[in-house]
Amino acid sequence: MVEKVPSQHLARTVAVIGNPNTGKSTLFSALTGVHSRIGNYPGVTVEKKLGWFEFEGQSVRLVDLPGTYSLSPRSIDEMVSVDVLLGRQPDVGPIDAVVCITDASNLERNLYVVSQVLDLGLPTVLVLNMWDVAVDRGIQIDPVELARRLEIAVIPCEAHRRRQLDEVRRGIIQACQLPQRTPPDLFPQTFHEEARQLQTAFQQFGNQNLPIYLIERLLLDVGGQLETALTKPNPAELLTRLKAARERLATAGCRVPGIEAKLRYGWIKQLMQGVMTVPDKRPATVTDTLDRWLTHKFWGLLAFCLTMFLVFQSISTVAEPLMKFFEVGQKQVGGWVGSLLAPGPLRSLIVDGVIAGVGGILVFLPQICLLFLFIALLEDCGYMARAAFLMDKLMTKVGLSGKSFVPLMSSFACAIPGIMATRTIENRRDRMVTILIAPLMSCSARAPVYWLMVAAFFPTVSWAGGWVTLHAIMMFVMTFFGAVVAIPIAWLLKKTLFKSETPPFVMELPAYKWPSPGIVLHRVFDRASAFVLRAGTLILATSILIWSASYFPSDHRAEQQVLVQIQQAEDQFSSQLEQKSQLRSRRELLLEDQPVPVQSAAESSAPIEALAAQLAELDAQLAELDTQLQPLHELFETRNQISERLLADSYLGRFGKWIEPVVKPLGWDWRIGVGVLASFPAREVIVATLGTIYSLGGDVDENSQGLQSALKSATWPDGRPVYSIPVAMSIMVFFALCAQCASTLMVIRRETNHWGWALFTFVYMTLLAYIGAWIAFNATGWLMTFSGNS
Amino acid sequence: MTLDELQIGQIASIVEVSGQDGIAIRLMEMGLTDGEEIQLIGFAPLGDPIEFLVRSYRLSLRKAEAKRVTVLAR
Repeated sequence: MVEKVPSQHLARTVAVIGNPNTGKSTLFSALTGVHSRIGNYPGVTVEKKLGWFEFEGQSVRLVDLPGTYSLSPRSIDEMVSVDVLLGRQPDVGPIDAVVCITDASNLERNLYVVSQVLDLGLPTVLVLNMWDVAVDRGIQIDPVELARRLEIAVIPCEAHRRRQLDEVRRGIIQACQLPQRTPPDLFPQTFHEEARQLQTAFQQFGNQNLPIYLIERLLLDVGGQLETALTKPNPAELLTRLKAARERLATAGCRVPGIEAKLRYGWIKQLMQGVMTVPDKRPATVTDTLDRWLTHKFWGLLAFCLTMFLVFQSISTVAEPLMKFFEVGQKQVGGWVGSLLAPGPLRSLIVDGVIAGVGGILVFLPQICLLFLFIALLEDCGYMARAAFLMDKLMTKVGLSGKSFVPLMSSFACAIPGIMATRTIENRRDRMVTILIAPLMSCSARAPVYWLMVAAFFPTVSWAGGWVTLHAIMMFVMTFFGAVVAIPIAWLLKKTLFKSETPPFVMELPAYKWPSPGIVLHRVFDRASAFVLRAGTLILATSILIWSASYFPSDHRAEQQVLVQIQQAEDQFSSQLEQKSQLRSRRELLLEDQPVPVQSAAESSAPIEALAAQLAELDAQLAELDTQLQPLHELFETRNQISERLLADSYLGRFGKWIEPVVKPLGWDWRIGVGVLASFPAREVIVATLGTIYSLGGDVDENSQGLQSALKSATWPDGRPVYSIPVAMSIMVFFALCAQCASTLMVIRRETNHWGWALFTFVYMTLLAYIGAWIAFNATGWLMTFSGNS
Repeated sequence: MTLDELQIGQIASIVEVSGQDGIAIRLMEMGLTDGEEIQLIGFAPLGDPIEFLVRSYRLSLRKAEAKRVTVLAR
């Protein structure tokens, strides 16, 4: 992570390749330890994972390629592996050797991609991982004989138990010294003949250096990525020649693409004859038993719902208190730093800009880490594939596959881990659509906004004996509103930008295994630190930008004077203030302990009366204190009035008034416009900004009675109230659909490896939010007049 | 018959995968080649996709993909 990977001139470079679910990442981290670095290949969404190790005085760079069942590239993402292996990826350089990692308990299918790698002629090491699982299943493999037949090193290994790792390291070092191999020839002579002729054709069109391996792949992969990538010099002519070559091969009894699988699996069968013995009757495994329940029509769905419920429940019970802790911590640090600095632009910048900005990121860290933890656990134990299996039918209705379900579900807590979880979706188009609609799921930062609006503007009506309240219904509707809008958006994206045939859902259901704590924690740490580093810088920058816009160019001297006076007054009244906070907490404790009043039970009335007396006593003391503190309250009042005026005069306030015509159709005045503008870096900022705008100071929350009544009493210049149910609806719909989260946009950039997609998400969601809010405002207004008239 | 028409637990041997597109290539790469034995393990709760056992590993296919595999039931 911190250490630099040695440059390609100093060390040998070795590529690691293998099927998914073979323990490839486990082996990679076991071999390299902490010496790894994650990046991106230019122009694609593939993660570039590099690591290095030293063994017996030799250093080796490892390039971890994405898990794959085959080297036939169907997208630019899959092309990366082929390019790396052929030494055509400039940022990796030439490859000295290849490590093929296989699942020993499932060797036949695992050897398919190995046979494709062997065709490269590079020195190769074959690692038979999960050796213990194979032994448990009664599978016997003779690695010595297999090595003799393949003429490469074959090493049994148990990466998760860290066994045989030195043998693997030694094998890699030795392979690096070996010369190129002569690959086993599986294909008939006519095939090679056609490939050579095509190579000549490419040379005629100026493409001199195409390796014969790529030409052979081009011949085999009907409709693959190479057909578009290689034929660029003269598509019409080259594709005609390619088609003719394939037709000639078909008449010669070598029909592509079918021939490749037939030949390779035939070769594997022959190779393994006498090397591997599999028991005639497959023993029933734990996976079989577990799957009977976990993919069952009824119990399977129940188990799935329970799992999802548990994930979200633990996020609210574990992460939310932690988030509160961060919030309180941020305020305390802000207060502490504030007390050290004199009132002025520097203090305001550090407290309201930097600390508030950093706090805005850290606040999400607990829930992001926890979600990452669950996703990593589910992935590592093998359940993720079952979740996709269970939910696929539902997701095909939207044009996606089952693999999109868990990422989208996670986005209900926070879109960031949701978007990062899309890495398990190997189809590029599905992954892109999932990433682009994930921010529409209602994340936990939207809830405070909904709650503020619902509590302030919707009447407290309840039905069914108090079980169903209008507030609860509104919260429910708003929570799922984004997901409902996401359905047509996904459909539209699938029909336009990501138009393609439905991708196949050919998915292996891997054997269940105990998640390895090392791998899981490593993944959580990797993703969380990447989030903090990358998103942190941008959020900080935007926070400072918004802060400057709301601070300058006004004259803050009057405000500073008041702040100094407040500090003095607070010192003067320190004993009263302390007394007040003690009385407050005693009052709260009393109210918490209050027994539920039971009308029929006479004996309970006595304690209630005693309690009421105590409360009255406390309230009287509090009122007395408040009269003593009156000068301080007046100072606060003045400060709030000044900060309201300052905001109105600031660049942000001026801009807000300037754009008022734009937000007026949504029923908003310039204050709401400013609040929304200020909340583009992080949407939950709106509550604090509205607090500032309505002169309550920045430290209010959504339950604050003061803010709710301030919103209710806000008026237009002509005296009409600004807020009404239609305005509240329009604000809620806007927040439901808008991309007001700089972190999410940063993560989209990171995962798609392109700024364009972050920009696209921002633009489409903001437009959608504007139109949605307009419709919500007008439709609710119309509905209300309609129901009022009838 | 095709792969999606098997009963739960039924074993068949693969005759061919129809088509020459990416899906057909994918199915063959995953080991669905002629002569290979395949068993239907079960259906997902909503009826699709279907779980199979082939080359001693578990594979999930949608009905639409399973339809492209011609088999001979045992």
